[in-house]
Amino acid sequence: MNKPMPAHNIGGYVPMIDGPEKVSGRAKYTADVIQPGQLAGRIYRSPYSHAEIVSVDVSEAAKLPGVMAIVTGADCDRGFGVLPIARTEYPLARDRVRYRGEPVAAVAAVDDATAREALRRIKLTVRELPAYFTSKDALAPGAAQLHEKKPGNIERDVLFELGSTEQGFAEADLVREGTYNCAEVCQNQMEMHAAVAEYDALRERMTVHASTQVPYYVHLMLAQILGMDMSRIRVIKPHVGGGFGCRTETLNIELIAALLARKCNGTVRIVTNREETFITHRGRPETDIKLKIGMRKDGRITAVECDCDQRGGAHSGYGVVTILYAGSMLYAIYDLHNVKYVGRRVLTNTPPCGAFRGHGTVDIRFAFESLVDQMAVELGLDPFAVRRANLLSAPTFTDNDLMVNSYGLPECLDWVERESGWTKRKGQMPKGKGLGMACSHYISGASKPVNWTGEPHATVKIKLDFDGSIVVLSGAADIGQGSTTILAQTVAEVLGLDLARVRVVTGDSEVVPKDNGSYSSRVTFMVGNAALDAARNLKSVLVNAAARKLEARPEDIECLGEVYRAGRQDKGATFDEVVTEALKDSGTITVTGNYSTIPESHGGKKYRGAAIGGTMGYSYSAQVVEVTVDEDTGVVTVDKVWVAHDCGKALNRLTVEGQVQGSVWMGTGQAMSEEAAYHDGLMLTANMLDYRVPTIQDSPPIEVGIVESNDPHGPFGAKEAGEGSLAAFLPALTNAIADAIGIRFNDLPVTPDRVFEAIEKRRRKGGST
Amino acid sequence: MTRLLEFTLNGRDRADAVADNILLLDFLREKIGLTGTKTGCDGGECGACTVLIDDKPTLSCLTLAVTVAGKRVDTIESLGHDGQLSAVQRGFHEKLGSQCGYCTPGFIMASAGLLRKNPNPSDDEILEALGSNICRCTGYVKIIEAVKYAAALGAQGVSP
Repeated sequence: MNKPMPAHNIGGYVPMIDGPEKVSGRAKYTADVIQPGQLAGRIYRSPYSHAEIVSVDVSEAAKLPGVMAIVTGADCDRGFGVLPIARTEYPLARDRVRYRGEPVAAVAAVDDATAREALRRIKLTVRELPAYFTSKDALAPGAAQLHEKKPGNIERDVLFELGSTEQGFAEADLVREGTYNCAEVCQNQMEMHAAVAEYDALRERMTVHASTQVPYYVHLMLAQILGMDMSRIRVIKPHVGGGFGCRTETLNIELIAALLARKCNGTVRIVTNREETFITHRGRPETDIKLKIGMRKDGRITAVECDCDQRGGAHSGYGVVTILYAGSMLYAIYDLHNVKYVGRRVLTNTPPCGAFRGHGTVDIRFAFESLVDQMAVELGLDPFAVRRANLLSAPTFTDNDLMVNSYGLPECLDWVERESGWTKRKGQMPKGKGLGMACSHYISGASKPVNWTGEPHATVKIKLDFDGSIVVLSGAADIGQGSTTILAQTVAEVLGLDLARVRVVTGDSEVVPKDNGSYSSRVTFMVGNAALDAARNLKSVLVNAAARKLEARPEDIECLGEVYRAGRQDKGATFDEVVTEALKDSGTITVTGNYSTIPESHGGKKYRGAAIGGTMGYSYSAQVVEVTVDEDTGVVTVDKVWVAHDCGKALNRLTVEGQVQGSVWMGTGQAMSEEAAYHDGLMLTANMLDYRVPTIQDSPPIEVGIVESNDPHGPFGAKEAGEGSLAAFLPALTNAIADAIGIRFNDLPVTPDRVFEAIEKRRRKGGST
Repeated sequence: MTRLLEFTLNGRDRADAVADNILLLDFLREKIGLTGTKTGCDGGECGACTVLIDDKPTLSCLTLAVTVAGKRVDTIESLGHDGQLSAVQRGFHEKLGSQCGYCTPGFIMASAGLLRKNPNPSDDEILEALGSNICRCTGYVKIIEAVKYAAALGAQGVSP
């Protein structure tokens, strides 16, 4: 007989448990929910960037046979928005349109062709208003206000100074300033936005399938917009084809589908096209940064002054949080004091921006790591040495009260330095080739959720019944990052069972506990800890049952997964026997696991909004990028990326690697080719040819080193892995280009045109090449 | 106008009345109900809708349904035999060539098309075969590993 051993499920390369569905075409996404009799929904969008609505005439459209319902702004006077303080957006514009493409009306019809024809018959009459497409124009004195309560078109300004920058700069041996511009970028997830809403008039119930990262927010916003009791709403999240922050906020699409469904007492499916998906992007805002850093000869940073304007678009969305993150996350990566931050979130007549992977931190990190690199070169210091001169000493609290317990940045630096051969190769590269490095970090979930209710931050239920299968119930939204797999691994690990025993049910509000959602890399940390708690509670039930069956004390029971025994000599009882015994007490067993963050992690109160940035654990990343620059064409080729990521503990090395590679790669897009461009408010790049996503042929090999700092609070020591490595790529790339050709690029994306132009400019000035 | 379309879909002969302006993509998804093939863009930008027509990877969003008369069309639903995943499916699953999974059917069909023609492709041949498919999750590194692994499985007799 084999010696009984608990199964181990943590720390290896584990393929996703829902992988077979995805590779066989069986995984259903929202647009795949096709039912007989459902209606096709289409949205009429504003062709104006800024205008007062005089009238929306839908009478001709209503006459078209096959049109079952039409909704306009008149059908809903309730605002929505992700932040309780900023619910100022309507699903369909009322009184005013503020960006080109804003929904004005929507139609449900028997088929798509009829719905499209109905849209052509809608007549929108407006009085046009001045429109602003840049932060500068919107901020100009005398500019028309986009929103009544937002004078100067400033959604939110942030100002703090912690320590004394005056004193800090006085202590510096070198003070340098730089200005940086990062273009607006879009998540452009592969699945286009879709929603299916089904209204049951008899029971007054609404069921909505939504491609969302946070079904709970969709639930709240549906209740708000429809004026329905929350108990009458059910939200189902099928498979989701990526999010990257775009679907953290409830989008107008699911709300419009629900308004249509209720109006026609039917089922309405809206599948947007790629252009509409781009317009409804909630991406990273165009950002202008002025940065000033003081440094001593040994590389120690003495002061930082940062000024940041974000072009937020026409509605608040996540804007307040984004501009706060940009300031607060200057901290928690290096030991900084004497920091001043001035941030402005600006309202403009462009589609609203939101939370994009690395929320608020990416563009600031680009500027910071670029200027530090430039100063290192000027002081004759190695960029690694400068980082090492400014390391934190964990555990610690930063000047803005962020709690840092585990800090693997030193090990990340060591890994990329060694693996890239930095010490031998830096400065010895052939002409046109260069090496650059940079660091970044990110939170493992915001410690305080946006909707603060006093409940635990995360809750997981486990059901165990006569069949012996472990059913984990969680509201955590798997959007491809693999959270469902992590929950299964966590529960299986605690119980010592094979992964095949565990099933995970997610994504249906009728069945699963509420979850705060998949954003800011919170799920592994928060929901993982709740799953850990639930599994331990279940184990305790089983151990007690085993003790009774084996006539032993619970503390003497050894859990070996499929066998429970009292001591080595005991033959023990099988898992199934223990379950049968346990069921005698309560029938079907259900246990709950909770997780709450600790108050010390909630950030500070030194300035308004200082809680933003607070988390239970920060991930850290260091990168080295090797490039070749073709000076005749301006084409930059990334030959290789070495990235080390401190995720605390890799619960699943396969998905950690995948997340880190995906983050770095997304950074390559923002750094080198992606840009949302507008002409008079019309998005020129609303397709995947003009919005240049790197193809497989453009993309570099990315070698991942996993650093495990074992966070004291993380589940098995884990922290986030899915966002922190994005930001470092951008400056590591431009630092490498500077190393290769001696030109620094402070504006993103660094396209071949820009590189060629800069090289030409230098040639004309008679500089060397 | 509606025509009679006779073709072979996933190994089975069929005859359907189809509108002559319907795209193969919409016909497969909306009329037949094979939703494994995905719509990812407004036409020819992303590769998510790739199917095999007579073994050749083709964008079903740029193909009128009526043009497949007399041809063999294979979608993602055709892969795998006897309850087992095909080599390419195993590659994408086991090597994490698929994260959110939305681009996956297109990548798998493009890869299957490549391996049917060329069972042992070089790196460059893989990049060329997958050059018009966009993935937003993986950074492609593990997709390349997945295809190489599938080729190795193919050498052991697992069907692509």
